[in-house]
Amino acid sequence: MSIATEHPTYNYKVIRQFAIMTVVWGIVGMTVGVLIAAQLVWPALNFDTPWLTYGRLRPLHTNAVIFAFGGCALFATSYYVVQRTCQTRLISDGLAAFTFWGWQLVIVLAAITLPLGLTSAKEYAELEWPIDILITVVWVVYAIVFMGTVFKRKTTHIYVANWFYMAFILVIAVLHVVNSAAMPVSMFKSYSAYSGTIDAMVQWWYGHNAVGFFLTAGFLGMMYYFVPKQANRPVYSYRLSIVHFWALIATYMWAGGHHLHYSALPDWTQSVGMVMSLILLAPSWGGMINGMMTLSGAWHKLRTDPILRFLVVSLSFYGMSTFEGPMMSIKTVNALSHNTDWTVGHVHSGALGWVAMISIGAVYHMLPKLFGKAQMYSTGLINLHFWMATIGTVLYIVSMWVNGILQGLMWRAVNQDGTLTYSFVQAMDASHPGYLVRVIGGAIFLAGMLVMAYNVWQTVRGGSSVEAADAEPSAQTA
Amino acid sequence: MSAFWSAWVTVLTLGVIFGCVWLLFATRKSQPHQEITEETVGHSFDGIEELDNPMPKWWFQMFVATVIFGLVYLLLYPGLGNFKGLLGWTSHGQWEEEMAYAEQHYAPVFQRFAQLSVEELKQPENAEGLRIGQRLFANNCSVCHGVGGVGAHGFPNLTNNDWLYGGNEDAIKHTLHNGRMGAMPAWADVLGEDGIRDMTHYVLALSNREHDADSAERAQPQFASLCAACHMPDGTGMYALGAPNLTNDIWLYGGSFEQIAHSLRHGRFGVMPAFSGLLSEDQIHLVTAYVMSLSTN
Repeated sequence: MSIATEHPTYNYKVIRQFAIMTVVWGIVGMTVGVLIAAQLVWPALNFDTPWLTYGRLRPLHTNAVIFAFGGCALFATSYYVVQRTCQTRLISDGLAAFTFWGWQLVIVLAAITLPLGLTSAKEYAELEWPIDILITVVWVVYAIVFMGTVFKRKTTHIYVANWFYMAFILVIAVLHVVNSAAMPVSMFKSYSAYSGTIDAMVQWWYGHNAVGFFLTAGFLGMMYYFVPKQANRPVYSYRLSIVHFWALIATYMWAGGHHLHYSALPDWTQSVGMVMSLILLAPSWGGMINGMMTLSGAWHKLRTDPILRFLVVSLSFYGMSTFEGPMMSIKTVNALSHNTDWTVGHVHSGALGWVAMISIGAVYHMLPKLFGKAQMYSTGLINLHFWMATIGTVLYIVSMWVNGILQGLMWRAVNQDGTLTYSFVQAMDASHPGYLVRVIGGAIFLAGMLVMAYNVWQTVRGGSSVEAADAEPSAQTA
Repeated sequence: MSAFWSAWVTVLTLGVIFGCVWLLFATRKSQPHQEITEETVGHSFDGIEELDNPMPKWWFQMFVATVIFGLVYLLLYPGLGNFKGLLGWTSHGQWEEEMAYAEQHYAPVFQRFAQLSVEELKQPENAEGLRIGQRLFANNCSVCHGVGGVGAHGFPNLTNNDWLYGGNEDAIKHTLHNGRMGAMPAWADVLGEDGIRDMTHYVLALSNREHDADSAERAQPQFASLCAACHMPDGTGMYALGAPNLTNDIWLYGGSFEQIAHSLRHGRFGVMPAFSGLLSEDQIHLVTAYVMSLSTN
């Protein structure tokens, strides 16, 4: 058709690469997660080997699931969404390829250095300075590719998904550069540019916004494309998306102080962190409402479409954890929950329930289109994966709620003479059953990823092909 | 903070909150539909359209409620720069209140036993006092000395009646109040590797353990001139300096040939922290009684 000569086809190659690596790194990161969860039940599982100890594998797990699994999902979907909603090809195939190989190199270097014990000891920013510089370079190129593509779009407006992706890319660049500022003393050792309380505040300004922008804004971008697309319904409210977007990015920036309640952080900073976290509830829920209500008139599709189920359940977990977060930021609640497994459960209701589930749904949606197939190899296996993911997530977060509240109450219990009723190890002992349930939940979730890998493999190598016409921009009809 | 930074914080904080409020109200005002609609705003992106629905009312009200809560909180508590908040609350003040509460409620519990001597506290009718001492020990001491007080590598066993600084009531209270620092100098430079080996055999000989007699004999003059000042000529140690008795085969840092040689080569440095600021006089009395009860049985 004549349009095909005027409009170049989309760059699907880089998306295919990132989509496949999303599945691969998901399995790797979650395997490490299940291993360290098992170490908390059976400590002998570190085999007395330094590089298999919990302290080294835990940052490997977090980096692998957030930046490798989540990162690849964001790269893949953002390149997919920006091309299709801007009706234009990525501005540079070379630069896009650079972001793929650069990002994979970062992940591999992380997987080597963290078990070796090379760390800057900043949570979610453990990688040492040479890798930090590589991340910066890759990220700047990513920003150029994405924003350049938005700039030369063929649509009049910029679709809401792209607002969220752009906010995520821009803010992560700022966060990474500021928080990773350090003085190198050797090739693999550096010291933070900040000290004491200021270092802690910069770290949690980064840490909480890694959640807010990497794991929330980026994935909201994903949600705004894949939910209406999979449901084949218009987005519920354009006005709601404007208000919740700006309010979300304005208030998230301030919330990090709630990680440092009752610490050396000045009282005013703690108060502001708590207030902004509470105000964040409505902007966060704006995204959930807009996704959920998009299904009005299409709820019946949930009965037959497991991909849509992934997307909708992810929104439920998103709503739940963004209610839980503001609640835990209240000082009196935090006094009980801080340093307990409740925090770990909260993070995973977001990480497994929201981030992983929506990524999985998005990959199932994209994959057949990327490889020119009619559909995924097996809808039944997607449905199986859905139930495994849901059950795994519920087991995980419920066991951590129970453990967290148990620990918080045991730690603060005092005898009539003011001494502590329980020693730390007694609280650990009481947590043991919860740790076992968590391993089971995590293992079920991981097994679901293996089901997905098989389904993806079968889809890519076989299945019925369709015309690749989908890879071309359709004529703009609006 | 200075007046400038105080104003900076205040303006930015309120600016963000009121900015959100302005956006919320301005958007509501411009909404063409007050009820659910099927009308779109006219865009289409890859086939996705956007409806022109109003923001849900309950969501709007929830947003306003959290903002009101936030503003009231910032009025009552410190948050806006140097403004202290109407309640005058500080985290330090809260800590002081809780400490005062603890003092008021728990001090009488300890006072009940303050008049009793350590000997009296060991009697069955005062078992409650010893149990309190045990709980204080579990909270404060067991991290290093173990739950039952049997110690660990580098942390003395408190159950074997072997004392570095003396085991009477005064000595133990002094240890608890002021802490201790036990320094063993490093002798590698002075003795050389051969000298370290000989001296290790000498130390093994002191506790009648298997050793090389020739080596031990070679080290004898150096023990007398270098070690005896603290460990005494017969190796039985000295309470005043916390120098361990080397003749009873009880070892703080391990008694193998290699461990003793390591102590000689590199020295050792042990710290017992001072508890006078953490525990009250009455509490220290009960901990002392508990510690003394550990080794008499």
